[in-house]
Amino acid sequence: MGITTTLANPTRFMSYSGKILPVTWILALVLIVAGLYYAFPGSPPDYQMGEVVRLMYVHPQAAWLAMLTYVLMAVAALGTIIWRHPLADVLQKAAAPIGAAFALLGLVTGMLWGQPTWGTYWVWDARLTSFLILFIMFLGLIAIWATVEDPGRAARIAAILTLVGAVNLPIIYFSVQIWSTLHQPQGVLQGQTDAHFLPPMFLMLGGYTFLFISILLLRMRTEILGRRVRSMQLTSVGAEA
Amino acid sequence: MDLGDHAGFIIGGYLASFVVIVGLIVLSVNQSRKARARLAELEARGVRRRSEARPAARPAPEAKA
Repeated sequence: MGITTTLANPTRFMSYSGKILPVTWILALVLIVAGLYYAFPGSPPDYQMGEVVRLMYVHPQAAWLAMLTYVLMAVAALGTIIWRHPLADVLQKAAAPIGAAFALLGLVTGMLWGQPTWGTYWVWDARLTSFLILFIMFLGLIAIWATVEDPGRAARIAAILTLVGAVNLPIIYFSVQIWSTLHQPQGVLQGQTDAHFLPPMFLMLGGYTFLFISILLLRMRTEILGRRVRSMQLTSVGAEA
Repeated sequence: MDLGDHAGFIIGGYLASFVVIVGLIVLSVNQSRKARARLAELEARGVRRRSEARPAARPAPEAKA
């Protein structure tokens, strides 16, 4: 709780995040370069899927990060509604475009994987449709932040919508177990994935996660600076009036 | 390295990932630079946030004769 309280102060957040950012960028780069090596020359093709298995090193990672982003935004939404904390508002706003980008990647790479393995780019089944809804929710939240001028009001509206939309997360996760779908279940968590495919999967997952942390911190810092600019402009106008 | 008959799908997936991620980074860095430039411009004009505004230093009380 102590570190949360400490980092919840925007000035301290700027100080700590400025020190952390170079490390997270380097870790992201190193892990992704290593992951790309294992994704191509460092791992064999799958006996069933063949070379198409190499899409497993970008697709689940993007989907995982899109969902992680939404979970973080839902936690921040609670921070906005319960504690009205400005840093929670900042996190909500900064994370939405990242979530949208990774959800888009999850959809695109999934379609490109679907065609050679299922014979179709898209089916309206539970997993694909609920994930498409996640992408649309990110776009909706970006639209709210872009159109509602008062940041406090935008944060409260976005927070309520985020929490309502959080019901989609368990639907996405459990859809492959509950409903009949073309999408395969989470084989890695059940230990069904061959050991050859695990290093590139986890290296890319680590790289994507550090990339996500880096972009999120950068965008949060930008949003805090933007709020400072806004505050200074108001002070400036007040002084001139 | 031969990616077989489905090379287009594999390369397309990685290319899309590269374009979207690099695009997001470039967009975020540009927004950060603009915010920093705007902040620096306001600071150069002597504008301060209300929370940073310091009350003017009080003159030292004159010594009574």
